[in-house]
Amino acid sequence: MDLILFLITAAVALIGAIAMLVSRNAVHSALFLLLNFAAIAVLFLLLQSPFLFAIQLTVYAGAIMVLFLFVVMLLGAEQVEDTPDRIAWQRPLAVALGVGLLGVAVLAALRYAPGIPPGGAAAATFGDPAELGRLLFTRYLLPFQVTGIILLIAVVGVVVLNQYGRSKAALKPPPGD
Amino acid sequence: MVPTSYYILLSAALFTIGVLGVLIRRNAIVVFMAVELMLNAANLALVAYARERLSIDGQVLVFFVITVAAAEVAVGLALLVAIFRTKRTTDVDEVSTLRG
Repeated sequence: MDLILFLITAAVALIGAIAMLVSRNAVHSALFLLLNFAAIAVLFLLLQSPFLFAIQLTVYAGAIMVLFLFVVMLLGAEQVEDTPDRIAWQRPLAVALGVGLLGVAVLAALRYAPGIPPGGAAAATFGDPAELGRLLFTRYLLPFQVTGIILLIAVVGVVVLNQYGRSKAALKPPPGD
Repeated sequence: MVPTSYYILLSAALFTIGVLGVLIRRNAIVVFMAVELMLNAANLALVAYARERLSIDGQVLVFFVITVAAAEVAVGLALLVAIFRTKRTTDVDEVSTLRG
């Protein structure tokens, strides 16, 4: 039963990722990536991580994808790749290197080849969000506070970046206008 | 239960698709999406190994990765908007010079 669920979800995740790669329209890419994120959230649930399932859906599929769609539509950047590629030899090389990377990664995954995860009483209570929260505020308290500072710096950085662009645009009109 | 190696193989495939997206696509926003896909593939591997070893520390690490990814997306998209203001494009081939 678990295996069937995994195979269906993995197929959805792979289809979403490949469709994101090949679709010409950036809005379609964003929506296919959303499908992929949702599939990965379901895989988190299969791996007994209900907290990460919720975080994946709210932060990734919710906040981050809304930000992506907002910027794509704000800039009107749905289709910018209509000009011919300047470095055309790059694409076959990228595909060859990508296949090579996949081969190495599959070999590395199969070399260790972990089997069925252990069951038992410890596995039955694994992934409790309360336990995760306790770890966050005890053993990982310092990294937890550092993430707060990172988020603050990100907010300040976004504000500074946009002010810089605005003052420069006011001084000198962009080329082409 | 599903063997952990299946999750690792799926994670490797997703990561490769993300790398291909960064290398092939020229729309900077789609390149950004491919980076997010790679982060998600790494998260999947971390959660799979956390379940394998019955160690919840892997899930804490994924929590931190998601937090940093959210900050990174906010700053990166602000950079893209700033580039678009001056260059009027999001094609990465068009912004190959470091001059302002």
